[in-house]
Amino acid sequence: MTGIVKQFPGVRALDGVDLDVRAGEVHCLLGQNGAGKSTLIRVLTGAHQPDAGSIAINDEPVRLNTPTAAIERGIAAIYQELDLVPELTVAENIFLGHEPSSFGFSRRHEANTRAREILEGLGHGEIPLHRPVGSLPAAGQQVVSMARALSRDARLIVMDEPSAVLDPEEVANLFRVISGLTARGVAVVYISHRLEEIREIGDRVTVLKDGATVATGLDARETPTQELIRLMTGRSIEYVFPPREEILTTAPTVLAVEGLSRAGEFAELSFEVRAGEILGLAGLVGSGRSEILETVYGARRATTGVVRVDGRELKPGRVQSAVRAGVGLAPEERKSQALLLDEAVYKNITVSTMGRFARGGLLNGAAERAAAAKLVEALDVRPKGVERPVRNLSGGNQQKVVLARWLLRECRVLLLDEPTRGVDVGARSEIYALVRKLAASGVAIVLVSSEVEEVLGLADRVIVLREGRAVHTGPAEEIDEHRVLDLVMEGATR
Amino acid sequence: MSQDTVGAPAAPRSTNLLRTGAGRNLGLVVALVLLCIVGAATAGDTFATGANVLTILRLAAVIGVVSIGMTFVITGGGIDLSVGAMVALASVWATTLATQQLAEDIHWIVMVSTALLVGAACGLVNGLLVAYGKVVPFIATLAMLAGARGLAEIISDRRTQIVSNNSFVDFFGGSLIGVPVLVWIFLLVAAAGWVVLNRTTFGRRTFAVGGNAEAARLAGIKVQRHTVALYVLAGLCCGIAAVMLMARTTTGSSTHGQLYELDAIAAVVIGGTLLSGGRGTIVGTVFGVLIFTTLNNVFTLNNLSISAQSVAKGLIIVIAVLLQQRFART
Repeated sequence: MTGIVKQFPGVRALDGVDLDVRAGEVHCLLGQNGAGKSTLIRVLTGAHQPDAGSIAINDEPVRLNTPTAAIERGIAAIYQELDLVPELTVAENIFLGHEPSSFGFSRRHEANTRAREILEGLGHGEIPLHRPVGSLPAAGQQVVSMARALSRDARLIVMDEPSAVLDPEEVANLFRVISGLTARGVAVVYISHRLEEIREIGDRVTVLKDGATVATGLDARETPTQELIRLMTGRSIEYVFPPREEILTTAPTVLAVEGLSRAGEFAELSFEVRAGEILGLAGLVGSGRSEILETVYGARRATTGVVRVDGRELKPGRVQSAVRAGVGLAPEERKSQALLLDEAVYKNITVSTMGRFARGGLLNGAAERAAAAKLVEALDVRPKGVERPVRNLSGGNQQKVVLARWLLRECRVLLLDEPTRGVDVGARSEIYALVRKLAASGVAIVLVSSEVEEVLGLADRVIVLREGRAVHTGPAEEIDEHRVLDLVMEGATR
Repeated sequence: MSQDTVGAPAAPRSTNLLRTGAGRNLGLVVALVLLCIVGAATAGDTFATGANVLTILRLAAVIGVVSIGMTFVITGGGIDLSVGAMVALASVWATTLATQQLAEDIHWIVMVSTALLVGAACGLVNGLLVAYGKVVPFIATLAMLAGARGLAEIISDRRTQIVSNNSFVDFFGGSLIGVPVLVWIFLLVAAAGWVVLNRTTFGRRTFAVGGNAEAARLAGIKVQRHTVALYVLAGLCCGIAAVMLMARTTTGSSTHGQLYELDAIAAVVIGGTLLSGGRGTIVGTVFGVLIFTTLNNVFTLNNLSISAQSVAKGLIIVIAVLLQQRFART
């Protein structure tokens, strides 16, 4: 792949990526969240069309217009969320879309024999062919996914964080399978955040940053960790973060979380946030960040632990209880979790405070519009019309509408999950300034972001999470991006 | 939201009149006027009389009340297939010997309250199953459709029960200022429905729950409780419709309300309410009901068969929905 460029509305997701993979090697792709790894894979597997650049297989230029075209060229991908049909059996999944058949009747016997051969080739002959895939453990599903790729004679297999869902012994097994593949001349593109894995299984490394290749062909075993992290973090885009304000030691603790756990997601989390303070949660995807916020909010029920707001305990698993106590959530998936897209801006702003504008259940529309208009003005939502459906607003302005909703409620605690996702660079600094202003007005804020720099730049105090546990807590100024990445990548420098 | 642009500054965004709420209702008015022209042309002397107009309205009233309830459920993201069966059960229960005896002793209000209570109770069961039992609305209300009609048959022993209370029949069968009481009830229910849907917190929550239930939940709305309330409301409307039907036919019967669910859904959908929820209009529903009833009337006056009516009805539904989809795609 040479000079691949992919433009999305408002974002240049890929801006000149080069990648060359040799037969029989494990080529690792490194980069922070949002560096463009997933987009690159989608281009490689024909799901997206590049706007510029070229792809060649065995020196022969190809155009991968559709996923089918990529499959025919021998390119297969194993995604983070496995794309298997849980209700179908192992054998049916392996041959999904290309079942051996004659005259439209499937040849079950042949399918079973071949499926058995492929699974045995992967060293997993023990997987029962007739079990529904949904009943297999994660590792087994992964093997089926790989068998599917091989059933198509894949010569290049892309694996997007295959180890994320696996236990250590399952990972060892995965590595055995990968070694088997490469020995047969199959090329593997391996994506993982865990540097130690890359050292173990990888041959060469390509580093992506902000949609471009910053280094390629590095030796996976010899390149120093510091060097890799430096390549991943050195940024070109500068964000402007508002200055921090002194938090008085007399400021009251507003939010107190004690021993909060949710089975399989996060464990034994305790923290306090004072009025005016911004607490940042940093960690990788899957470290439990969003789940923590949703549990504090009561949208998920905690297994153990308590959440207190102003000293009063919230009812676990009850959003009502949190909202009444003055907690607001700006969720990760703004469009599906926060907004009524076809409704007017003002209705989206007043949805959590409706009762205030009603007498005997009858709404006073004029008062609602006036209150919303005031906030639209204060937050500089553009365009200003409160009657406009939220759908027509840009990501940044939609986020402001969500914030306005909670501002109107004068909430005590604001939980922000990825507040700048899908927000363009210009509007980001506005959101940052707004968040800081909210804190200054005495709100306690918990911020989650997959961008480490955002957490460090905006928060006063930071908790670093790894696999659902806090591995570091301290002032944001005393820790840098390298150290955070070090911590979340399972102590790679140790 | 469709017609709720009253008092708003003139919306400059829309160039296509049909895309605005008023425009969509205008389309329905045009359809109704066209039907009337056809009716007047083909059966002028009988169609365009005051008596015939009142007949149409009287026929529209019962299914109209059911459709108002249906509008709420569909706007809130659900569906209710059991409305016809609930009408039947409520009418039967309110006309049993025991209930009628009680009504004779006290007042016919006993029959009315029985019908309303039975409707609301069935709606409550529907709502609880959907909101807390997590049964999909289609299945929960399908079960109620079968169950309620079966229960009506058991209670009535499949016999038609005559309403013997004359003052009940006189009151609901009569007229007020020249307009039948049944039509007054329809108008009242429609007006109340419009206010509740467009001007109250209850209505606003209905749109929120139907448009994006997850967002509504995270905004602090009691989604489950609201869902229950919507089905109770639909059941209550069925109770009202049962009373009206008892007055019109002077009977209670387990065969009342056959296929009301389909007529009501059809009226709601051609009125412009989105089957997937989040958008609903009472005015549109009223027009939808009037269009179908007028269609029936025109066909009957021209001695055309019920089968021909059904074909025309089917065509209208398809054309209306195709047009809506065209204009919804902005």
